[in-house]
Amino acid sequence: MSNGTKTEDTKMRAHGAGKDAGSYISHLELGEKDQTFLDSDELIINMGPQHPATHGVLRVILKLDGEKVLGTECVIGYLHRGVEKIAEHRTYTMFNPYVDRMDYVAAVSNGLGYCEAVEKLLNIEAPPRAKYIRVILTELNRLASHQLWLGTHALDIGAITPLFYLFRDREEILKIFERYCGARLTTHAFRIGGCQYETYDGFEQDVIKFLDFGLPKIDEYEELLTTNRIWVERTKGVGKISAQDCIALGVTGPVLRASGVKWDLRKAQPYAAYPEFEFEIPIGQNGDTYDRYLVRMQEMRQSFRIIRQAVSKIPEGPIMAKVPKVMKPPVGEIYHSIEAPKGELGYFIVSDGSTQPYRVRVRPPSFVNLQALDLMVRGQLVADVIAVIGTLDIVLGEVDR
Amino acid sequence: MLDYITSYLGSNVTPGQAGNFFWAFVYILLIFIGLSVAVIAMNWLERKILAHMQVRLGPMRVGPHGLLQPIADAVKLLIKEDIMPAEADKLVFWIAPLIVVTTAFTVFIVVPFGPSHAVTDMNIGVLFMLGVSSLSVLGIVMAGWASNSHYPLMGSLRSSAQMVSYEIAMGLAVVSAILMTSLHGLGMYGVAASGSGTGTLSMIEIVKAQQEQQTWFLFKFFPLGLIAFFIFAVAMVAETNRAPFDLPEAESELTAGFHTEYSGFRWSLFFLAEYSAMIAVSSIAVTLWMGGWMRPFPNWLSGDTWDTVFSLFPGITFLILAALASAGVGKMPKHPYFRIQTMGLAGFAAVLGLIGIVLFIPPVRDRIQDIYWFSIKVAAFMYLYIWYRGTFPRYRFDQLMKVGWKVLLPVGIGVLILTAIAGVVL
Repeated sequence: MSNGTKTEDTKMRAHGAGKDAGSYISHLELGEKDQTFLDSDELIINMGPQHPATHGVLRVILKLDGEKVLGTECVIGYLHRGVEKIAEHRTYTMFNPYVDRMDYVAAVSNGLGYCEAVEKLLNIEAPPRAKYIRVILTELNRLASHQLWLGTHALDIGAITPLFYLFRDREEILKIFERYCGARLTTHAFRIGGCQYETYDGFEQDVIKFLDFGLPKIDEYEELLTTNRIWVERTKGVGKISAQDCIALGVTGPVLRASGVKWDLRKAQPYAAYPEFEFEIPIGQNGDTYDRYLVRMQEMRQSFRIIRQAVSKIPEGPIMAKVPKVMKPPVGEIYHSIEAPKGELGYFIVSDGSTQPYRVRVRPPSFVNLQALDLMVRGQLVADVIAVIGTLDIVLGEVDR
Repeated sequence: MLDYITSYLGSNVTPGQAGNFFWAFVYILLIFIGLSVAVIAMNWLERKILAHMQVRLGPMRVGPHGLLQPIADAVKLLIKEDIMPAEADKLVFWIAPLIVVTTAFTVFIVVPFGPSHAVTDMNIGVLFMLGVSSLSVLGIVMAGWASNSHYPLMGSLRSSAQMVSYEIAMGLAVVSAILMTSLHGLGMYGVAASGSGTGTLSMIEIVKAQQEQQTWFLFKFFPLGLIAFFIFAVAMVAETNRAPFDLPEAESELTAGFHTEYSGFRWSLFFLAEYSAMIAVSSIAVTLWMGGWMRPFPNWLSGDTWDTVFSLFPGITFLILAALASAGVGKMPKHPYFRIQTMGLAGFAAVLGLIGIVLFIPPVRDRIQDIYWFSIKVAAFMYLYIWYRGTFPRYRFDQLMKVGWKVLLPVGIGVLILTAIAGVVL
């Protein structure tokens, strides 16, 4: 078989059916010569978009030499809904629920980022009580997100049981959300200028009850996994990424912190009521999957700490600032970012003085972090690709928007 | 004719040795049915036990506590459309599951459920079992290749590499157990268990050797027997592609491994083969290290009284199960919608109770209790399999190979040598 036909053959295989006009042609190509001893070929396979471990509809094209990964290419867009474009045809208030649909496991964080960005644009500030409620719900959501991450990550690595335990714990958080605003996942908990709902009777007790229930569970999971031989072997040294590479690629969140960079927007450019709480930023050293696991586990503990402080000193007062009925922000632009569970979530909003934003651009942490996948898995094994996708903690709703 | 049939009943040898084809056929049929029932029961138990480990309920809808779920699944699989990929190698695709399932069932010819309860007693029984069960790799490779798809191909390659490398460690552990059959622990070789002057490869003779040496090989030359057993126990999980060594069918990596392209009946054959292979390797482990059909403490609690007490166990077990089922009948909702289910459960309880009572009849219980103890020991292994699956993350391919070649193999050789020395020195 000549090289030309082989490449063509590969391309055919890489884009599946190869017949429909819109199909994607991979840039990965097979080596010019057979590189392996036994005269074997390299292999290009599709992982996804329908695959149990790509966390949704991510499609990764893998170039393999046996089990070894020679290159990867992510194909995204299977969940694209044009969220940013939708914003241009909605008023500022109307667009608010849409952001919940981006990172649907951390909808509260998305809402917080958007509301604060618009508030900055309008030059208003939420009252202190609203800020506290925001912090409590956002941190609960961070816990929910990290719990889901731990469950699915462990499932990807082959431990099926943690998933169910973590869903049980996450359920308690979702129950609090449900009692607060009626929704469990796409909460739409906040409004521009504060919160729409006052906390329900017994909100504090519910939260405290969850804290008392959830924290010992974290110890339990750490006991099961942190020193588990197979877990350590599967995660240590896998998907290493240096701090320089992280910064160069714009990777943020726990992935960046696990590489040893102490960068958390809650401390670096505080927002909401975060300056009033004591908490630490856990960092790792090696930037491998194991460190990212440890960092996220520590972050969960810190979230428990923040929530406990917030619940104990939540002030009384109004929950809505004075917001005009028809929002017409002055002409201008604003970039506001928060520390979402997955990393820096930024909103860039351009206002032309009308009731609708001229342009909304979202900087989604999952999308930017996903760029690091190729760097992290090159030269490793197929099983590591799964582990790394899990440890990047991507949500395809946010990647594609 | 009747004489031909009844003449076997009092004999102490397997039908194969007695040359009794009728009973050999009956035994084959019984094993086939028993194994199918065991796989169905195992399917239900695995789902229930795993579910309870994972704070959920498992199947609850089809029948009381989901008891009929495996049957519903089986029916579903049988009437499913039989899909064969267009690009598949039709013949190989068709043959592969047959090979896997045939090998998985064939090994049971030599499994000794009791001193006379085996289809036949081969003088190379262990060899036969290991040989036939390793043939299933062929079926798996064929399945992966014939699917003409990348994931199955990778799954089958992983599977073959894994099974081949763990077979070596497994074999070494088996050899050290076989050495023990010829060692009497009196400082010399050749004082064999059954007076033949050498060791034996026959499954039945191996258990008899443990009987005569008055110890399970698990505890012989402590801790050598234990280490050899441990090597076997790890290798057998890898051999049957179960968690934490379930790489060939690693769901999160290769979707379903070598049987990704299979569906319906063909897939159920793989399923059947996987579970019967688990039962097969567990029976090897039980036979070689855990005294096969022997009841617990035959030396410590000896005597006719204890014999009688232990022979009551099978009947008691079934009565307890019947009691559990009847307690379930009481707990069923009283709504008319559940009437048929309640009646079904009551019928199930009655059948269990009837079996329990039959098992109390002296001639029956004398003949059955070997099978009972053997099954109990195998069931313990089956529970371990489920437990592993609920507990461990999955190994990566290179780590799996490392464990096989760099840990189990050297340890296995060491144990083999030490066992040989121990037989001479001790």
